[in-house]
Amino acid sequence: MSVRKGIRRFLRHRLAALGALIIFFLIATALFAPYLAPESPVRQDYNAILQPPSAQHLFGTDFLGRDVLSRVIYGARASIEAGLISVGLAMAIGIPVGLVSGYFGGFWDEAIIMRITDALMAFPSLILALAIAAALGPSFTNAMIAIGISLVPGFIRLARGQVLAVRGMEYVQAGRAAGAGHVWQMGKHILPNILSPLLVQATLAMAAAVIAEASLSYLGLGTQPPNPSWGFDLRAAQGYLTVAPWLAYWPGAAIFVTVLSFNLVGDGLRDLLDPRLRQ
Amino acid sequence: MEGKGRSLPLRPAKRGEGLLPYIARRVLLSIPVLLIVTIFVFVIMRVLPGNPGRAILGPEADPATVEAFNRAHGLDQPLPVQYIRWLGDVLRGDLGRSLIDGTPVSTLIAQRLPATIELTIGAMLVAALIAIPAGIIAATRRGQAVDHAGTILALAGLSIPQFWLAILLIMYFSVRLGWLPASGYVPIWQDPLFNLKVMILPIVVTGLRESAVLMRMTRSSLLEVLHQDYIRTAQAKGLPGWIVVVRHGVRNSLIPVLTVGGLQLAGLLGGLVITETIFVIPGFGRLIVDSIFNRDLITLQGAVLVAAAMVVLVNLLVDILYAWLDPRIKVSGGVRS
Repeated sequence: MSVRKGIRRFLRHRLAALGALIIFFLIATALFAPYLAPESPVRQDYNAILQPPSAQHLFGTDFLGRDVLSRVIYGARASIEAGLISVGLAMAIGIPVGLVSGYFGGFWDEAIIMRITDALMAFPSLILALAIAAALGPSFTNAMIAIGISLVPGFIRLARGQVLAVRGMEYVQAGRAAGAGHVWQMGKHILPNILSPLLVQATLAMAAAVIAEASLSYLGLGTQPPNPSWGFDLRAAQGYLTVAPWLAYWPGAAIFVTVLSFNLVGDGLRDLLDPRLRQ
Repeated sequence: MEGKGRSLPLRPAKRGEGLLPYIARRVLLSIPVLLIVTIFVFVIMRVLPGNPGRAILGPEADPATVEAFNRAHGLDQPLPVQYIRWLGDVLRGDLGRSLIDGTPVSTLIAQRLPATIELTIGAMLVAALIAIPAGIIAATRRGQAVDHAGTILALAGLSIPQFWLAILLIMYFSVRLGWLPASGYVPIWQDPLFNLKVMILPIVVTGLRESAVLMRMTRSSLLEVLHQDYIRTAQAKGLPGWIVVVRHGVRNSLIPVLTVGGLQLAGLLGGLVITETIFVIPGFGRLIVDSIFNRDLITLQGAVLVAAAMVVLVNLLVDILYAWLDPRIKVSGGVRS
């Protein structure tokens, strides 16, 4: 399928196209936050504490008089950054390990790598991320490392499974017959042919990572105050549900829309790239 | 694992036949996994913090106190020695003692389990009650508006952060309507009615998410079954559509759904950390969060180990159940191979 044809087909998948549009919008928001936000997200105004939404503060203000809209806009940075870095980390570890493991097979693959992966998968990912974040100490960077590690086994398993599926293909054997070395085989013949499912997995992992970052921040182990983070701001909002319910709407809605968009795109890509589903 | 070179049995296998060797193999395979789990827990809790005594006592503790603490808890020994000792204790069922009040960690976990078990069972029931009918409707009306709506709703259910959904429900049912308490857990054997009132919201929050996963699985599994030849045969016999779907379709499609339900435990346990924190339920997930904030690494270590071990055991049981229900699995080597 040519790239242009692929894009056209993707855009025809209306929900996925909508998801992609929202993600584009979110990334733009994260990048241009200083220009889009009406105020600094950390500026406190004690004369305007817990104000309901108004023309001056569209989303209202929080318990320190900070502009909620500005915090939601800047919060996109933490979420997108956390998603990109932790998924990047998970791919950087998971794909090479799965690739090599599946390509060579044998004892190391079956008895060592796969059992380690099974063990990692036994940890509920949020609990694993929590434990790692707690051990490393609460910070945004540690949260990303923790989330990244919890996503690694998914990539190892998928990459390995895909390698097993294509390893016996004629073009791989032809490459071997033509004298291609192992690294060349893996990089040139196998990896490009297993990228589609990995791309789907990466998109769905972004959704999981955004929720995980928000969860860790909600529990106080991710982004540290006063930096804006949707998860942490929701935690703070919980103390004001009776007097300032608007504080709980926006950060939560932002997480929901972000995660939904990545899931929509992931689902759409899967439909598009999986020939069995394309009917 | 892949069962290469093994031929299919020539006669149909009876349910349960040949199950014992399969169970034995699966149990044997679980042992190294559990062992690696202990290594991971040990590395995360003892190696990652650098100086465990410092991590537990905090940055303000003076070096002599930290050193004394490490010595008292054997944390000054070489890591392999520490690991072997700890593993020996774990194998004897001793998960150590809480650093806060010296209660055995196993007791703490046992105290917290009833609430978590109630939440888990309740959530699974809610999930099944929503997901299976919804999945059947979506699959039998494939491509129609109701199917699209179901797909979108399931995706939304997967995407909504549980803590946000929980806060919204608290705002509506507890703050605005005043129907349900937002917290104040009492054990079910003390006051069943109040317990139910407190647990409804957390059960719904947890169950809704699980229902999204199960609904997608029910739909796709039933769709696959409905394409089978025997469905066409049943239709050709002139059976009414709903009998074909229920008797021949749903029954055969539920096996993978059951498995996915079991395998979801890992995700569910992770979610409970959040749900139990929001609704102030003294469960297993809350124990993990509490031990993190009390810097009680010993309790945290025990709880994380138990969480992972539970997942391994449930996966094992699910695999066995699956093999018992579907004899083809025994031959091919396992559900996830």
